[in-house]
Amino acid sequence: MPLALVHARYQLLEIIRIPVAVVGSAFFPAAAMLFFVVPFAGDDPTGATYATAAMVTFAVMSANIFQYGVGVAEDRDQPWNPYTRTLPAGPAPRLAGRVLAGLVLTYLSMVPVVVIAAVATAARVSAVQFLLGLVAVAVISVPFTLLGLAIGYSLPSKAAIVVAQVLFFPLAFGGGLLSAPDEAPGFIQAIAPYLPTRGAVELMWAAVTDWQPDVRTLVMLVVWVVALAAVAGWAYRRDEGRRFS
Amino acid sequence: MILARAEQVSRRYGEVLALDRVDLTVRAGELVGLLGPNGAGKSTLLNLLVGLRRPTGGRVELLGGDPHDPASRRQLGVTPQETGLPGTLRVGEVVDFVSAHYPDPVPRGELLDRFGLTDQVRRQAGGLSGGQRRRLAVALAFVGRPRLVVLDEPTTGLDVEARHALWEAIREFHAGGGTVLLSSHYLEEVEALAQRVVVIGHGRVLADDSVAAVRGIVGVRRVSLVADDLPTLPGVVATERVDGRVHLLTTDADQLVRDLVTAGVAFRDLEVRPTSLEEAFLAITAGDRPAPTPA
Repeated sequence: MPLALVHARYQLLEIIRIPVAVVGSAFFPAAAMLFFVVPFAGDDPTGATYATAAMVTFAVMSANIFQYGVGVAEDRDQPWNPYTRTLPAGPAPRLAGRVLAGLVLTYLSMVPVVVIAAVATAARVSAVQFLLGLVAVAVISVPFTLLGLAIGYSLPSKAAIVVAQVLFFPLAFGGGLLSAPDEAPGFIQAIAPYLPTRGAVELMWAAVTDWQPDVRTLVMLVVWVVALAAVAGWAYRRDEGRRFS
Repeated sequence: MILARAEQVSRRYGEVLALDRVDLTVRAGELVGLLGPNGAGKSTLLNLLVGLRRPTGGRVELLGGDPHDPASRRQLGVTPQETGLPGTLRVGEVVDFVSAHYPDPVPRGELLDRFGLTDQVRRQAGGLSGGQRRRLAVALAFVGRPRLVVLDEPTTGLDVEARHALWEAIREFHAGGGTVLLSSHYLEEVEALAQRVVVIGHGRVLADDSVAAVRGIVGVRRVSLVADDLPTLPGVVATERVDGRVHLLTTDADQLVRDLVTAGVAFRDLEVRPTSLEEAFLAITAGDRPAPTPA
């Protein structure tokens, strides 16, 4: 088994042994689904599908920001992490394993949202749209993974938890994840295109509906990915320099 | 065959010079003890040798290569700090995880048996006792059939029985041809295991010799007394006067007392105490220790 898969497997084992950690990232989107989507848009197939796609984006965002932001920061406190660096492998398999494990958990965290949508709302997608949606989840994980890594590598774990919590609500509201595509309040319509959550949800809508994404938001999403990659890379190298040089 | 080498290695952390032009060579088949008080630079030196840190100056070599190159670490075994074991993983899983990094690992059952952990294979690492955790941590150093094992204070905090069991495992590995570099701040531990001792203090190698020779250096006692005037006495390595008492550091306290009596010195309040390792190092090195060099 390639070492990256070995690392992914044991990271998942570690996380699954504390199931609350998995439940945590799935809870908010599932609760939002039950309280806001089911009662208000549940009977409208189009509205429910859009809202479900937004909740899936919400789930992807919260799962990634928390598991990387908090997970990486906590790992950095553990002496186990330097020990693994004395094994005959570089840091790459561990990072690759972490990203793989993160993706698995991201898919897990959206299961409740999808189940609720299928059972309790009129939301419907075709098989092709469903598969496109799965691919879109992996794509929109990229900016939030990078955001999480930037937080995790630059802050101590206690600060990382706070920053992750402070960031995740404005990103969700500001990006319009909690409103239908064209019904967001004015100020949100003004700022949303410039937030990574908007580009992500537009991609998600484009995958599972016939939505035409706003090109401006997609360009901004690419800008965000480049910027967050730069910050995450900087934080990683700074951390390496402090602890391993 | 040299398995690990440091040549004129220095390491600076900001303003602090943790290692100052240190030379160390570990040859195949040796069991070398690295002895020194806390903060002497032992861990820093080991971290440089296993590739966790880079030297500020000088050169380190591990198994013929750069310790930062993963290939150089294929025949190296290192012990994690026991507090760092992933608490939710089972003992068997921790071993399997480390095994996956080596081409020909020791079978899990055999390794756990050697370290008395067979019954704990299904237990989560976080639920082990301190002694079991330490045994697991040390066992991990042996998973990959290493030629060189580096153990940083392997038995700190263990009870006597657990300590002796671990010593036995280390001796067995050495008897089978393995090479060991271990650090300790216990003279007793180094005496029990090592043939060669490297004493580190203030970031420098103070002594690199056989156990017997180093024991002679650090087996120093403190003879303290109140006396106005002392003749020159043989065997005194350091003299200090504090609050009216004279403290004499000597390698042979019995002979010193005899000499005091024979010389007819008028003394009172005689005390003989063993010195701590740290005191001994300071006494031995006070004379030749260079002033810390500024950045």
